[in-house]
Amino acid sequence: MAPENTGTPEPKIAATSAEKPGRIIKVSGPVVEADGMRGTKMYDVARVGKDNLIGEVIEIMEDTATIQVYEDTTGIAPGEEVHPTGAPLSVELGPGLIGQIYDGIQRPLPRIMEEAGDFIHRGVSVSSLDYEKQWKFTPNAELTIGNDVQEGDVLGTVQESPVVLHKIMVPPEVGGKLEFVAPVGEYTLKDVVAKVQTETGTKELTMVQKWGVRTARPVVKKFDPILPLITGQRVIDTFFPITKGGTAAIPGGFGTGKTVTQHQLAKWCDADIIVYVGCGERGNEMTDVLREFPKLLDPRTGEELMKRTVLVANTSNMPVAAREASVYTGITIAEYYRDMGFDVALMADSTSRWAEAMREISGRLEEMPGEEGYPAYLASRLASFYERGGYAQVLGSEERKGAISVIGAVSPPGGDFSEPVAQNTLRIVKVFWALDSDLADQRHFPSINWLKSYSLYLDHVKPYWHENVAKDWFQLRQQAMKLLQKEEELKEIVKLVGPDALPPGDQAILEGSKMIREDFLRQHAFHKIDTYCPMEKQYQMLRIMLEFYNHTVKAVKAGIDIEKVRAMGCIEAISRMAVVDNSGFEPVFDKIEKEMSEEFKILEGS
Amino acid sequence: MTSKNIEYSSVQEIVGPLMIVKDVKDVTYGEVVRIRDPAGKERLGQVLEARSNIAVIQVFEGTKGLNTKSTFVRFLGETMKFPVSEEILGRVFNGTGKPIDGGPEIIPKERRDINGAPINPSAREYPRDFIETGVSTIDMMNTLVRGQKLPIFSAAGLPHNKLAAQIARQAKVKGEGESFAVVFCGMGITSEEANFFIEDFRRTGALERAVLFLNLADDPTIERLIIPRMALTAAEYLAFDLDMHILVILTDMTNYCEALREIAAAREEVPGRRGYPGYMYTDLSQLYERAGRLLSKSGTITQIPILTMPDDDITHPIPDLTGYITEGQIVLSRDLHREAISPPIDVLPCLSRLMKQGIGEGSTREDHDDVSNQVYAAYAEGKELRDLIKVIGEEALSERDRKYLHFADEFESRFVTQGSDEERTIEDSLTLAWELLSGLPKAELKRIDKEYIDKYYPKKEE
Repeated sequence: MAPENTGTPEPKIAATSAEKPGRIIKVSGPVVEADGMRGTKMYDVARVGKDNLIGEVIEIMEDTATIQVYEDTTGIAPGEEVHPTGAPLSVELGPGLIGQIYDGIQRPLPRIMEEAGDFIHRGVSVSSLDYEKQWKFTPNAELTIGNDVQEGDVLGTVQESPVVLHKIMVPPEVGGKLEFVAPVGEYTLKDVVAKVQTETGTKELTMVQKWGVRTARPVVKKFDPILPLITGQRVIDTFFPITKGGTAAIPGGFGTGKTVTQHQLAKWCDADIIVYVGCGERGNEMTDVLREFPKLLDPRTGEELMKRTVLVANTSNMPVAAREASVYTGITIAEYYRDMGFDVALMADSTSRWAEAMREISGRLEEMPGEEGYPAYLASRLASFYERGGYAQVLGSEERKGAISVIGAVSPPGGDFSEPVAQNTLRIVKVFWALDSDLADQRHFPSINWLKSYSLYLDHVKPYWHENVAKDWFQLRQQAMKLLQKEEELKEIVKLVGPDALPPGDQAILEGSKMIREDFLRQHAFHKIDTYCPMEKQYQMLRIMLEFYNHTVKAVKAGIDIEKVRAMGCIEAISRMAVVDNSGFEPVFDKIEKEMSEEFKILEGS
Repeated sequence: MTSKNIEYSSVQEIVGPLMIVKDVKDVTYGEVVRIRDPAGKERLGQVLEARSNIAVIQVFEGTKGLNTKSTFVRFLGETMKFPVSEEILGRVFNGTGKPIDGGPEIIPKERRDINGAPINPSAREYPRDFIETGVSTIDMMNTLVRGQKLPIFSAAGLPHNKLAAQIARQAKVKGEGESFAVVFCGMGITSEEANFFIEDFRRTGALERAVLFLNLADDPTIERLIIPRMALTAAEYLAFDLDMHILVILTDMTNYCEALREIAAAREEVPGRRGYPGYMYTDLSQLYERAGRLLSKSGTITQIPILTMPDDDITHPIPDLTGYITEGQIVLSRDLHREAISPPIDVLPCLSRLMKQGIGEGSTREDHDDVSNQVYAAYAEGKELRDLIKVIGEEALSERDRKYLHFADEFESRFVTQGSDEERTIEDSLTLAWELLSGLPKAELKRIDKEYIDKYYPKKEE
């Protein structure tokens, strides 16, 4: 399947007359069968019926092709024509992606609104990128006409948004002698900005590449991710970190905060580019992102968060086949920015809806169902999707590295993680943030269960923390984890004998772990300060809390009643550390620490 | 379409609610068919599968009395439509869209496709207008906003209808006198339940500003699949063409899902969880997602679907899939109901996802979010202690824990409990919450900003 690489400025996925049309013989929901389709390739796009609906060939039997249609098929009749386009489902990649909101097959929703109004009607044909808009193209100064260029080489740059310097690259599978590169100036996406003499003749390149969504864009090689993706969320950064290029899953029943967690990561994580795929979820949630992101400023660049974000929205009531495509559309866009050398974070909310779309299509095809009706290829599809993430050396003669972190939400039925989508996901991803409905009921957010969750990146990110924050980070984290683990065991005993029957040392553990739970792990996503907690502050908070615990252990050992410790004034001050201003929290923390030691001194002296 | 004038008598097979007709021409997917039964009476159906010469039809009024010999089918060449105009206000319709209140037929301004179309996410406006329902547990802890879809998860024998009627009666937006109407859609409910709502609407004079769609328990099951779509089409017309604020009550969604399962079984589809079809999530979302607010329009659609959880099980596919689509849920509890706490709303599993935007300074009160969080945390802790004292006895608790225990009791008996005609303003609810919270030591109120504690913590004579 050779992807089409030239950027012909036509409306997206136009029907070509190159092949003879087939005819519909059966319509059943989103699945259409047509005959007279011999020669059509698997996963090619076809235009279906008189409204030219977009569909994709998913099964071929002699003359008959089965097509999944990305739009509503009501009113389509057998006998109508089907036109194969001869090309796979592709996205257009070029300047203008940033800040845009697309449906599952990369049609810009604002353009659809201009064409069709407030509601999405089918058969709307709009191009994915704006071919009229002028972009200032600056050629790469290191290029020499007549020299060879290869795939991935940078031809020039376009300032796509204040924070995104978009690299115009030689598309994959193209290389040869550079014949021409355009001088600095304003160009549209239709204009040729470079010519390369390839083995098959001169290739004219515009600023647009096309790429089939179901094929991963190639890289030179992949590495182990080593840098943390800093999210500003304490339970994530300190306890269960994810890396740039890492993969994570957030499973949780409804109301446990999957979407809020995904939104928090999209807002605050330190990736260069965010691709947010709303796959089969609520319309209002996408609207929330659309309305809120332009108002929020990135703490690192001071620019609007929307200036680094691409949204793909296929809400639950939009056609189910396009939902299946939406995650591929999203990851292909992510790969394109990775190829420029950016760190990209892709959020897919929710991968369960994607799996269900697969199941629905599979059911219509009457395929033999696997577990819980999901198709047997569920596991391999999930695996190959997550595998498109990673930290890699990208194509190009100069060495560039880029990363895609993939964070997938999973919505298990009844909140039961034993179901196929959650289980197959967990076999692949390296970080597991288990959302817990009991915590959610107590309004403990993020409701990430600290005993069930894990991150396999701890060793990867340890050097970063130790160099940039503090040498004893890992040790503190382990101590805190041990406390929480111990608390769980003690809780069982408390249920039988009551808290007062515990020995003083154990009571100290309960106090210490409670503080970590309530004042460190809990974080208020909608509080103007607490929504983002810098690493240094996370470390200091944890350090002070553990110091409190160590003091408490000493005090109770010396025979001081735990009630007296509980009545200390510093506890309340510690509980409010999270909301101390992020810039200049140090003197406040110092003061808290000092007061704490003094209080303990007085306690011990009495 | 050419098929329009041909009447086919080539019915080949009748299975459950489905009918297969052969030798047909130019049938389109989803079009409506008119069926003449052997007795000469007409009923409606819809094409579920269109092949070159065969059509699979789902018959709306049931297949009872049909045969393969003298049943005639005519394809109408269009999808199911509902006539809309202002005249639908105050009227009652059945599952095929016919008025059943003895009044005249509707003279339509327009006939709309009942399936609607998805709202473009970029055309949506984020819901943020606080609706005061007068129910403390909703207003303060699970705030409803205009354009939200907030279901009531109930179970057999619980007073969900009373709660829904109370919300419909009391719901208002502060300081605005805009036009408001209720669209009520009953699916498979008993005539007693239907009468309860009709009487309640009549008693409060809301009937003239209501549109009722009724499919009673003895009406054809299959109509349950189209009646909510008609109701929502009516709601969309009133909201987005006539700029009204519409509250849609859909009850009982469980009956809707049962009907969906029945059709799926008759079509011999691969069943999903508990026999419900794999596409039930998508199907439900096509109803629930029709709630919302648009940038370009001033009207809104707020939905309160009611469902009864089979066997009180919140993980059952019906509440589960609903919860994944709707923006929160209000959960009724049998335990509270047994303890005569009314309305028996169990706040812990309740949620309103759109709450954060609808509350706070300017809409309710600055301390709203913090107080709500604090009450949640304290009640959760109190309830946990209740389990504990079952084993170790209350005496083993510390002073502090006893206060939490007391808080949980007070919360249920004073805050949750309220009369079905009792309207509390949001200020009333907040004041009551502060009064209950003042039973806890000040230092325990960690989730409330210090500033608000100083301002609102009740001053006690000491």
